[in-house]
Amino acid sequence: MQNEYDVVVIGGGPAGLAAAIKSKELGLKVLLIENREFIGGIPIQCVHPGFGLHYFREDLTGTEFIYRLIKKFEEMNIDHYTNAHVLEILPYSYRHRILKVVTEKGILNIKAKAVIYATGARERHMFEIGITGHRVAGIYTAGEAQTMMDIYGIMPGKEIVIVGSGDVGLIMARRFTLEGAHVKAVIELMPYPGGLTRNVVQCLEDFGIPLYLSHAVTRIEGRKRVEKVIITKVDENLKPIPGTEEELECDTVVLAVGLVPYLKVIEKAGVIIDPATKGPVVNSYLETTVPGIFVAGNALVINDLVDYVVEQGEEAAVGAYEFVKNEGLPAMKWKKLVKGRNIRLVVPHYVSEAKDVMIYARVAKPEENVRLRFPEIGKEMKLPFVKPSEMIRIKLRKKDIAKAGDKITMEVVPNE
Amino acid sequence: MSETKKFKLTCIICPLGCTIEVVMEGDKIISVTGCTCPRGEEYAVQEVTEPKRVVMSVVKVKGGMFPTVSVKTDKPVPKKLIPEIMKKLVDVEVEAPVHVGQVIIENILNTGANIVATRPA
Amino acid sequence: MKVVIVGAGVVGSSIARVLSQYEELEIHLLEKNADAGMGVSKANTAIIHPGHEDDPDKYPLRAKLCVRGNRIWYQWTKELGIPAKWPGELMVAVEEEDMKVAEHYLELARRNGVPGVRLVDHDELLKLEPNVNPNAAGALWAPTAGLMSSPMAAPALVENAVENGVRFHPETEVIGIKVEKGEVKGVETNRGFIEADIVINAAGLYADKISKMAGIDYFTIHPRKGEYFVFDDDAEPKVTRIVHQTPTPITKGVYVITEMNDGLMIGPTAQDLPEDAKEDTSTSKEGLEFVWEWAQKLIKELPPRNRVIRTFAGLRPEPPDGRWIIDAYDDPWGFINAAGIRSPGLTSAPAIAQYIAEELIQGKLGIKLTKKSHWNPYRKAFWFKTLPPQKQNELIKQNPAYGRVVCMCRTITEGDIVDIINRMKRMGVETITLDGVKMRSGVMSGTCQGSYCRIRIANIIARETGIPLWKVTLKGEGTEYGIGDVKILLREVKENAE
Repeated sequence: MQNEYDVVVIGGGPAGLAAAIKSKELGLKVLLIENREFIGGIPIQCVHPGFGLHYFREDLTGTEFIYRLIKKFEEMNIDHYTNAHVLEILPYSYRHRILKVVTEKGILNIKAKAVIYATGARERHMFEIGITGHRVAGIYTAGEAQTMMDIYGIMPGKEIVIVGSGDVGLIMARRFTLEGAHVKAVIELMPYPGGLTRNVVQCLEDFGIPLYLSHAVTRIEGRKRVEKVIITKVDENLKPIPGTEEELECDTVVLAVGLVPYLKVIEKAGVIIDPATKGPVVNSYLETTVPGIFVAGNALVINDLVDYVVEQGEEAAVGAYEFVKNEGLPAMKWKKLVKGRNIRLVVPHYVSEAKDVMIYARVAKPEENVRLRFPEIGKEMKLPFVKPSEMIRIKLRKKDIAKAGDKITMEVVPNE
Repeated sequence: MSETKKFKLTCIICPLGCTIEVVMEGDKIISVTGCTCPRGEEYAVQEVTEPKRVVMSVVKVKGGMFPTVSVKTDKPVPKKLIPEIMKKLVDVEVEAPVHVGQVIIENILNTGANIVATRPA
Repeated sequence: MKVVIVGAGVVGSSIARVLSQYEELEIHLLEKNADAGMGVSKANTAIIHPGHEDDPDKYPLRAKLCVRGNRIWYQWTKELGIPAKWPGELMVAVEEEDMKVAEHYLELARRNGVPGVRLVDHDELLKLEPNVNPNAAGALWAPTAGLMSSPMAAPALVENAVENGVRFHPETEVIGIKVEKGEVKGVETNRGFIEADIVINAAGLYADKISKMAGIDYFTIHPRKGEYFVFDDDAEPKVTRIVHQTPTPITKGVYVITEMNDGLMIGPTAQDLPEDAKEDTSTSKEGLEFVWEWAQKLIKELPPRNRVIRTFAGLRPEPPDGRWIIDAYDDPWGFINAAGIRSPGLTSAPAIAQYIAEELIQGKLGIKLTKKSHWNPYRKAFWFKTLPPQKQNELIKQNPAYGRVVCMCRTITEGDIVDIINRMKRMGVETITLDGVKMRSGVMSGTCQGSYCRIRIANIIARETGIPLWKVTLKGEGTEYGIGDVKILLREVKENAE
């Protein structure tokens, strides 16, 4: 273990592991820093399949997927600290950053040319979505419930109400039911389910779990533990409709209401954040607005598939390699990727004709029979449907990007 | 004269999620429409005759990094047997070390599927 | 002489600490919850008031003891290691005519002997607090106002009191008071009888219930709810000073403060609840909307709604007509009430304790007390993150647990948590609760609200107390983290089938 590295990767989940592996493969001196006592991140607790369909072309459980990465990481003998926490990224010069890290061996000051920030996301909690009432036992975020059951082997509760029908909520509905709990309902704010249809089938319909669309949980009641929730129908503006309140008795509320990139340390380093993704603004090397700081995975944008997370980790490693090799990325006339019709978010925010780039985007509203277009470069494709919960992933080639002026619009239009 | 039944289902094989219609007379399949690939047709047929699912869970482990090890059936099993299978996992306790793919229970409930570990311990 | 104090909130704990300075007192501090300060004391605005807001004619005790308490906390927060800051307070006149109300309080400041209070005009107001409502007319500036980490106060007081010989009895509920021949003999509790010559009632919301057990039942306490928002520590704008509006007859109004963990906090409401609602700390849409609306009058703008990390509510114990009931009675002799200690209760607690020791026990009851020659005022408490880097490294070398950060939002290490658990055990806490750890460290109250760290803290508690993970509680019996091992429900089904 040393004090100076080409690349320091912060976070030992799939993005970080992929970034570290790729960095080492490219010949860089790399260190990985992980906060928990074990590497692997969230997939360690994901016992369900659906991982690796693209990357390994196999349908693996999250655990199987991540252990393949962990095995490779360990075989490559990459320097890493577990139980270590980055307190600060201090600017030192254009070419170097100092990371102040708390470890079991003391506080270390580690010099890095490039930093890849892969700390993942945090879960949104009840206060962020305006739930009022009693703050009692029996309220969990979905990830916490998953950690309790599938790592530490304890059962959160018996009569469950799940808030949010994204894939996380749906998966947990199935997990709870399989282990003998009674999932009374899944409550979804939007008029459509948040997750993949196949998950609605396998997780709700298979077990006869009611899905309340266009409903919000407005209140939790209970003395020491949850006793019931109050749900309300919402209108087209997602506002509760007075008089539609309904009570659901339960002893457990599981919140699966979304993830937000966890950016505590990187924000202090001064990176600019995109309010749409809630993650950093990046160019096609996944470099943030602070030179030498790269970001990948859920810390960049909330991804649907771990395969994309791994891809971003590798891309950031390539970016870090360019940065280290040339003491910085080349001066560039970056072209802004602009959100057009029905595009809610897109990364990267800036692209260039010097590099092919993988675009990750989400639409704002579901639509059927549409065309995805990049008018300035003449690229277009037909899609049978688009949904906010399903990320669009599309490659733009250098030669296409070269056709544009200083911006490229991405838009979704109805197919006439 | 047997009944004609129509089943409408959403295919779960891939993200397209095609809506498939299966028409049956009694227990004979008359037609399968709406799928865009052969796997979808296969799924639809299976789903109306004997729906199958992969089951995933955890079992207790002694001496591992965590108190549990994650497991799954190595192939889909009849949906109706899932509650029985889950009951069989209740008192299972394995001892570390466990490797990914290790068979925990062979041929669970005579389904031809094994319960295998999906996480090392 | 045997003393029983009923209630280990900030008032009861202050009394315990003060009395622990005297010789020949066997002091028992009883608390029905699993830890000190879990009631009123931990859910409030945490302001150390200057003392210029109580009319000395109407509320003589409140006026006198608040000014004294403010001064005492300046010393006590340092001795006890309770984080505190002294930013001063601005009573903002939103409209020009509110300046007259502010002048009224200037007069109270003068009469109550509160130092440094003066009126400031619009220009100076903006200099004192750049993020104040830019249209405000002016304000009353009270520089001696402070803020503390109120959840830490009662635990810190009790730790120090126990260090000085007080016995802390958690999970002990008083169910009766034994009086013989007009004299107090002791208290009946759910865990047996405790002899006492003096019983001091500091039972917060339930002080009326305890007082009734001693035959003093002329008053009732009803809860007054206050709801709050807390924002993330990097949400802007924040305020430097304690900012509030010119008071109305029912309440001091909504405050806008930057609390001790550096997040903006706004609140409270002042909603009177029925007497039987003493456990109702639920927030409500209407209450929170009220806070949001009124806070906007004081600050140039609130941070966006999605930067809220927590909403909560606390209850204040309101006596009839707002007057504190602090008295030693002739019948039953030995029974002392410290009841209905609503605002400025937190600020006045040390002064109330001294008042009871000097003017009631020694004065009115005529019991002579001698101060101990050796009394330790200090509670050594630290968190890893507050130490200078060299000390941090030394600490890690001695104990690598201090190098393991378990709460990323607040940078709290495993070493800190274990230290806290040991302190709790030393103090006499029997059930180590997640809330108890939260109160002493701020874990689980940052950006993630425990979604990341709660399970890690629970694992540490389980390990340090030798109980299964699922049995760890949030705040005592009935609030367990889980219901059993992951197979418990299937096992029940299996066993029922057999």
